[in-house]
Amino acid sequence: MSCYRKFFCHLTSLLFSLSFIFISQHSYAQDGEALFKANCQACHKPLEKLTGPALKGARDREPNKEWAYEWVNHVNTMLESDPYAKKIMAEANGSRMQQFNLKKEEIKAILDWADAYTPPVTTTNPAGQPQGDNSMIFGILTLVLALIAFILVQVNSNLRKLSDEKEGILQPEPVPFYRNKTYLMAGVLILFGLGGYYTINGAIGLGRMQHYQPEQPIYYSHKVHAGTNQISCLYCHGGAQDSKHANIPSVNVCMNCHKSINKYAGPDVLEREDGTAVDGTAEIQKLYAYAGWNPTAGKYNPDTNNDGIPDGAKPIQWIRIHNLPDHVYFNHSQHVKVGKQQCQTCHGPIQEMPEVYQFAELSMGWCINCHRESRVDFYNQADSSGNKFYSIYEKFHADIKNGKLDSVTVEKIGGTECQKCHY
Amino acid sequence: MKKYWQSFGELNQTEAFQQSAKDEFKEELLPLSDLDDKGILDAKTPRRDFLKYLGFSTAAAAIAASCEMPVRKAIPYLQKPDNIIPGVSNYYASTYVNGGDVLSVVVKQRDGRPIKIEGNELSSITRGATTAQAQASVLDLYDTTRLRYPMQKDGKDFKEVTSFDAFDKLVGAALGGLNGKPLVLLTATLNSPTTLQIINEFLAKYPGSRHVQYDAISYSGLLLANEACYGKRAIPSYHFDNAKVIVSLGADFLGTWLSPAEFSKQYAQNRKINTDKPELSRHIHFESMLSLTGSNADDRFLHKPSETGAVALALLNALNGTEASFADKNLNEGVKLAATQLKAAAGNALVVCGSNDANIQVVVNAINETVGANGKTINWALTSNYRAGIDADLVKLTEDMNNGAVGAVLVYGVNPVYSHYDGKKFADGLSKVVGISFNASMDETTEYCKYSIPSHHWLESWGDAEPKTGYFSLIQPAINPLFKTRDFQTSLMKWSGNAVSDYETYFKTYWNTKLGSVDLYNKALQDGVVEPATMPVGNGSYNSSKLEEAKVKIAAIKGGAVEVVLYQKVSIGNGSQANNPWLQELPDPITKVTWDNYIMMGPAMALSLLNLDVMNQSMGKQSNYEVHPEKPTVKITANGKTLELPVIIIPGMHPSVVAVAVGYGRQSAIPERTAEYIGRAANGAGKNAYILVGFDGTNSYSSPATVEKTGNTYPLAQTQIHGFTENRPILYETSLSSFIADPKSVLKEPNEERESLIYKGGDNFVKDATIYPDFVKPGIKWGMSIDLNTCTGCSACVVACTAENNVSVVGKIQVQRAHEMHWLRIDRYFTGSLANPDVVFQPMLCQHCDNAPCENVCPVAATNHSSEGLNQMTYNRCIGTRYCANNCPYKVRRFNWLDYTGADSFPDNQEPIVGTYMDEVVMQMNDDLTRMVLNPDVTVRSRGVIEKCSFCVQRLQETKLNAKKEQDPSLVRNVKVACMQACPTNAISFSNVNDKESDVYMIRNVEQKDRVFYVLEQLHVLPNVNYLAKVRNTDRHIGVEG
Repeated sequence: MSCYRKFFCHLTSLLFSLSFIFISQHSYAQDGEALFKANCQACHKPLEKLTGPALKGARDREPNKEWAYEWVNHVNTMLESDPYAKKIMAEANGSRMQQFNLKKEEIKAILDWADAYTPPVTTTNPAGQPQGDNSMIFGILTLVLALIAFILVQVNSNLRKLSDEKEGILQPEPVPFYRNKTYLMAGVLILFGLGGYYTINGAIGLGRMQHYQPEQPIYYSHKVHAGTNQISCLYCHGGAQDSKHANIPSVNVCMNCHKSINKYAGPDVLEREDGTAVDGTAEIQKLYAYAGWNPTAGKYNPDTNNDGIPDGAKPIQWIRIHNLPDHVYFNHSQHVKVGKQQCQTCHGPIQEMPEVYQFAELSMGWCINCHRESRVDFYNQADSSGNKFYSIYEKFHADIKNGKLDSVTVEKIGGTECQKCHY
Repeated sequence: MKKYWQSFGELNQTEAFQQSAKDEFKEELLPLSDLDDKGILDAKTPRRDFLKYLGFSTAAAAIAASCEMPVRKAIPYLQKPDNIIPGVSNYYASTYVNGGDVLSVVVKQRDGRPIKIEGNELSSITRGATTAQAQASVLDLYDTTRLRYPMQKDGKDFKEVTSFDAFDKLVGAALGGLNGKPLVLLTATLNSPTTLQIINEFLAKYPGSRHVQYDAISYSGLLLANEACYGKRAIPSYHFDNAKVIVSLGADFLGTWLSPAEFSKQYAQNRKINTDKPELSRHIHFESMLSLTGSNADDRFLHKPSETGAVALALLNALNGTEASFADKNLNEGVKLAATQLKAAAGNALVVCGSNDANIQVVVNAINETVGANGKTINWALTSNYRAGIDADLVKLTEDMNNGAVGAVLVYGVNPVYSHYDGKKFADGLSKVVGISFNASMDETTEYCKYSIPSHHWLESWGDAEPKTGYFSLIQPAINPLFKTRDFQTSLMKWSGNAVSDYETYFKTYWNTKLGSVDLYNKALQDGVVEPATMPVGNGSYNSSKLEEAKVKIAAIKGGAVEVVLYQKVSIGNGSQANNPWLQELPDPITKVTWDNYIMMGPAMALSLLNLDVMNQSMGKQSNYEVHPEKPTVKITANGKTLELPVIIIPGMHPSVVAVAVGYGRQSAIPERTAEYIGRAANGAGKNAYILVGFDGTNSYSSPATVEKTGNTYPLAQTQIHGFTENRPILYETSLSSFIADPKSVLKEPNEERESLIYKGGDNFVKDATIYPDFVKPGIKWGMSIDLNTCTGCSACVVACTAENNVSVVGKIQVQRAHEMHWLRIDRYFTGSLANPDVVFQPMLCQHCDNAPCENVCPVAATNHSSEGLNQMTYNRCIGTRYCANNCPYKVRRFNWLDYTGADSFPDNQEPIVGTYMDEVVMQMNDDLTRMVLNPDVTVRSRGVIEKCSFCVQRLQETKLNAKKEQDPSLVRNVKVACMQACPTNAISFSNVNDKESDVYMIRNVEQKDRVFYVLEQLHVLPNVNYLAKVRNTDRHIGVEG
């Protein structure tokens, strides 16, 4: 079973990397898409209103065609003078747009891309199809064959006994098979082997929580946010590129968007694992309760006790899914920023998970395997590409030059040594 | 070969020592002591019981482990502050202030908790230096005995006052009802400009009131002498960095005198050897006991404390051509030597004196005038504000309180009931007035106050300090106040009706106005210091009128047959941080004793008084003194007070002098409450020696005394004898003159031996003297270099290591069993005569051997080598066989005999052994509050595993990660390990030795190559730590030469 999962995992990551290659091959409009994803996606959609207005046709709605270029880089000053700026801020329930520092060509690329945007045709993901599991059939087959072999052995011995009697050789009374010492011994050995196998595997698996999928205080769907709405993972989990912790976003980050988005309107159907339907709008209301936000008034509760937070607000106690033991040091930024790993490599197809579960085993063997296979972004002396930090590995550079080495894995630079993770 | 020894037994190879050396792990002291010598089957715990326990524990472990996994929560911020990224440390400049001590520091704050103190390199005074006490002060923030709310006395106990407003009303009423009697504000030396201004405003509201500054260890003598000679009651700036010859008359300026971090930094500057032009300052030390500074001196001479004045006078006379005439010939020689050297270096010479006798200091001022120190090594244009207390002021205050001449006393940051020689009289007086205490814990003085309103810890407060006039160091909070405490200054402002509501606002207004703009204010906060562009230098106008009077008074000083010296340890100091377990467990650099004070005496006095011949110890009952924790006690009487303390015999003591450290013996009025009020670490640690202080206008820290044998014993936890060198050469030293003559001579012997070990015929010791293959280190290879010339033994690195690496505190009982956990220790070696030996300090930590003997004996490969040259220790793999510790030639591996940290999965395996095997202080360290100090990047080790120095691998990884993120390999040069960063003398260097421009590469191959040696190099373990041979600037015979 696990080999299928591995296959699935590889397939997903392959699809992902393929899609990136695909994206980067298109030139102009696709630059717009990349810029849109990096800068705008958290608050804008091309076709619909999110926190901010839809971007398609923005230049036609605005006072003049050049307005947008001015606006993006001068939000703070324009909000004080420009009437249209004030109007769109009012439409966004008072959410103030972040001021950017983008080139005019970049803004143009984004808006051109949005104008040309058509909703993609939804296709079913072939990798998402449930994979048949043949182990049951194999198991039954093995059992049937074993039974047949057993019957044949019995028949054989009976026949031999009959033929022996016929030839006048006396045989002792047959021992029933359940008292036959050979069978008993074989049975004991098999049981011992199986028992040992499962005990050891069970013991190794103690404390491992693959597939753990607890029910969270708020039904938060990564599928809706990261999948359908394409919000960048780093928008909420920004720590992943700076810190050892990826960090669960604080409530104020949720409220950046949810000040305006107060209803859930699909398209995904929200349901729990057991099939019960979930009311997305009610879940957003739960968020408001935690944040101390009054949705009817459209503002935060007053802070009467002067503790710096709105009355009634309290942090959300999420249930932690990915736990590493205390003696393991893991640093997200090492993997995301330096190693340039996709989130999905370890967390699985998170953009398809209505509720998050632990995708990977998070065992030491699993870590080590990846470190053995993954290649570092090794510095290339010829064209100065790659991470310049690795220029200090003179021996490997010499080996590459001599053709002894074609690439440098994480293991080569010490990535499987104890004290890289245990200290 | 010259002999270096740690103990008398080692020097003389006594029977007791040899027996003890055989038994490295002290098995007879282990918890399994009921096994005796009978083997496991015949033990009191028979085989069946053993099997039962085995079965039960296996089953229990299986059940405990297979229970459901606990549900863990992840709770993000409600509104995340902009400047915090969970998991990333922030650094804030601030200032460590304790009494008058000021040290500019940088506070490492992680997820909102301060967890480490580093020196602030922007301060031109301390230049990044720290002390053990400053390093440890972050633990005081999380002290469980800190008072948590304002209180008022209710009968014998205190009860909470529910709000600050209510408290202000109570105090307002109390101060209003004084009937015109003045109030007194009693503080330690204060050098905070804003606080002094607030105090003046406060005193103006209460006419007739006064501010008394009191220092537990007084510098009144120095202040008064300077007033007499220079017209200023102040302390000048000393410039040890400008001094070619330093003569100290009992001033422990590298350990405890005035501003040791600052002086160590300056001192080390002239103690580093430049191979091209070898030069050293000359340090001549006169003292009565063996102090830290004395043990670093080039030449050291002994005298009785009552002769300090006479020595100063003799030195003055010798400078004018008269020879000294002491009965002790050595002392005459010493005075002659000092005078010649001082004369030769006139203008670049400095004489300092630790005495608190104003007359002696007057003579010392005269000497400094004669040698031209004024304006050169003594800077009167820049006065130091570390100490301002005058002893007579407190005596008068005590009288006034008892006479009813004072109505109220406000106590802030001092504890005279404990630290004053007549603390009892002070306590009587204090209970007669309205006492208000701002002290952080229910200390001896606060107990006698009617009101207690604890002030913040310095890590929670705003503030400033002016260590030197015109040089400011700012304090900014690194955490919100943990408890309901309030700034001392805010309280004064409230009670004097100040229009500004709190100190924070006052502080900000003051500094914004002073600096002129918000930007400059923010920059000052970020830098932590505000300093003038150039340092003012100038001399004071000297006036010799008091000299003759001083000479007469000095002549009248009478000595005794036996005299006692009271001193401070670098760890506990004056006792204000006595409840700090890190400091209590820090071995004294000289005696290596933890958790106690004691009487230091020389071997001669021990022989005559106790009939204890340390050079001839056998396993007999009386004379196994050195290898057994039980030490004989002696009663000491001075100034009419008596103390009974155990004896530690130390060479280099004057034969008729005993020494006792102050700062110990903290005790509540009801002794049973000490653990609760003052703390579990301070409870039972030593005895209060402040009662032996004498007074004759100024406090006197030495007096004639009588000592008396008692026949009792008392256990001391000493780490000195926990490791032996087996007569192997472990360090090398030479004198400056022979180093200049032939730089290669100092390491001739080990270098020749190394050559002789290469059997394969090549010339590469690394490759050709072993059967093992040579492994390349393709990228980084970490290396450390330790300069024995500049290591002063101050032990700041030991505390820094403890703080950085979550090293456990094990408590006195466990230290007695040699179970201390320090990853870094400072080995102290004596060499030379018993009467006056030379001392060498050698920091010893895991040497990260490339051919490590520990690695190939581990049956589970829990310790192995990394491609960066680190000897890696993997706790989760270790099964605790201790083979590695047994096989380590440096004895740096430490084993977790007990669950010191509470890290095991069974919650109750500590309480049952508290009091028998484990001290209560371990539980103090395991309190949820105290555990906030733990470094989240370092595993907290559980019972049954070995641990040791990791070269601060968490810092190495962080540095590498930053270099990778920035794609810049040169950033690896920024690496700093904890011990190196804490070191006030830069004795420790650390870097990537594959980098040919790095510090350690340069030291080993270019700058210091004649002094580089590896400890026990002949074993071919290939350490990654090298040492630099010590060079002394003396005419005596040193090391291997001749």
